[in-house]
Amino acid sequence: MRSMGATQEEYYRGVRMVPYDLVKELALAIAGIGVLAVLVAAILSSPDVAPVTIAAWAQQDPVDLVTTATNELAGSTTSAGYGPPYNSVGAGQSWGPIAPQKWFGVRIPVDSANTFVIQPLQRASFSNTDLGTALSAWQKATPDQQTKWLDAYSKALPNATVKDGTVAVAAGDYGPLPVMMSNLLGVAQAGGLDGLLVINGRFYQTDYTLPLLFMGDGTYLSGLAAQAHLTGSQWGMMNETGSYPGQTWLWLYTMWYQVPPFTSTTGFLGFNSSNADLGIIILMTVLTAALALVPFIPILRDIPRWVPIHRLIWRQYYAPRKGAIRS
Amino acid sequence: MDTPATYFHWGFILISVPNLIVIGGMIVLFAIALVAPFPHAEEGDDGSK
Amino acid sequence: MAANSPEGATPRESRSWTLRLRRAIDQHLPMGHLLPDRQPYYVGSWVYVFGVITIAALAWVIVSGVVLSFMGPQWWHDSRLGRFVNSLHFWSVQLFFIFMVLHLWGQYFMAGWRHGRAATWMIGVVIFAVSILTAFTGYLTQQNFDAQFIAINAKDAMNSAGIGAFFNVLNFGQMYGLHVMLLPIGITFLVVAHIVMVRARGVVKPIDAEGARS
Repeated sequence: MRSMGATQEEYYRGVRMVPYDLVKELALAIAGIGVLAVLVAAILSSPDVAPVTIAAWAQQDPVDLVTTATNELAGSTTSAGYGPPYNSVGAGQSWGPIAPQKWFGVRIPVDSANTFVIQPLQRASFSNTDLGTALSAWQKATPDQQTKWLDAYSKALPNATVKDGTVAVAAGDYGPLPVMMSNLLGVAQAGGLDGLLVINGRFYQTDYTLPLLFMGDGTYLSGLAAQAHLTGSQWGMMNETGSYPGQTWLWLYTMWYQVPPFTSTTGFLGFNSSNADLGIIILMTVLTAALALVPFIPILRDIPRWVPIHRLIWRQYYAPRKGAIRS
Repeated sequence: MDTPATYFHWGFILISVPNLIVIGGMIVLFAIALVAPFPHAEEGDDGSK
Repeated sequence: MAANSPEGATPRESRSWTLRLRRAIDQHLPMGHLLPDRQPYYVGSWVYVFGVITIAALAWVIVSGVVLSFMGPQWWHDSRLGRFVNSLHFWSVQLFFIFMVLHLWGQYFMAGWRHGRAATWMIGVVIFAVSILTAFTGYLTQQNFDAQFIAINAKDAMNSAGIGAFFNVLNFGQMYGLHVMLLPIGITFLVVAHIVMVRARGVVKPIDAEGARS
């Protein structure tokens, strides 16, 4: 490799220079890309599928919302057992001693049962004595009793029926749960839960962590995402709603989620489906560093020499004619 | 454009037609750029310093 | 870039930092190099144009993005003109990535990093990575179904690497600020550095071409 700092005059000494209008080229490129982008934008528009609200979820699939809320109380949802940065229930992903999820700790505290169910219900019980009574019955009950009610209610929910937007389960000993859940569902269907989870005691708000975590715990939103080929196992990172191209540049990143060891439970070298996110981030970091370091990596830096594509690009130089570089 | 895209499924590969068009278009464009004649400014103007 | 002490400066002159900077610029990036009107005769392929087209697409990304950020994040969902400007933004980004990758392919097969140009290649890869991050924050701040699911899906990857503790993809305000302000400034700065490095050294010679220097 040549030493740095050589002037261009030295570098190009003896090379025939021809007129080349860079500024005109840039101006034409800006004009050309502008015309192309305006035309495509005008003809094809852009994707904008309306967001899913908790209200829509509660109206379209009330059983899923009630099941999710019940699982939040039972601590069996994704967010409830997530681990850092939301809580310390789960350990998070790790690869051997490498556990960055644990290292940075609980930075965005989320107590799923309280945040998604109890607190919204407390706010909604302001002028609702039935709900207030049910809530205090729930809170006075022993954890054992709560678990018994939750188990029974969870077992009844798969056979629940929906009538006029309300969820009905077979008779059983569910304690105050049916009252709590029918109130939560009613608040959610009216759009109240969207607001309660976002506002969280404030007025201005730009943080949607809580409603998104809650919707992520259910199956309604992920079901819609699967229909649109957006989930991780469907190469979803590079897909877009409708018939639009997506983030095709993420092809390699999303490809790893489709192949072993990241899809296998047994895995390889400690990477498997349970720490796939961490494994793929480590792999992509290494590969990106390798791309940056191509100039220094034997074989990778030599391939352009072996593949004669450069002979097409510089065909004037390689053509057997006058004007070659004099050395 | 808001109707769902068609997806091709080959083994572990699952790709939408719009993404396929973008990737195929890039390869075609690269190939064209390799072989298409490039308009030069006035040839033979020897301006070596 | 290395702060080469200007050759030929007398010791007395080189004590002035201002003078040293000016001489370094004069030596490494005179206007004749920044805006050359001549190129080596072998610069004669459309592959050379991909870089310029990428910059042109970036210009349209920024112009449409400035309009969108001026009007606020709700505007384009409710207004026909807004939707058009968003479409312009969307397709300019697609074109930006398409031509950036074509430029990368071209530079790879030309081995454009030779003869002291490795840093230019490396900054280019950094631009690619930062662009992906910027596009990602853009997809997260669309305020539509796509954005919702991307946030829910992507949080696990971010959290697994510990990044999620500081970079919360579920926090619209944080992603929006990064997308319209910090990351575009970063890309612009890196692109300017990339272009300056390209112009300071000029285009690389064909593979196996030996120049006057060894």
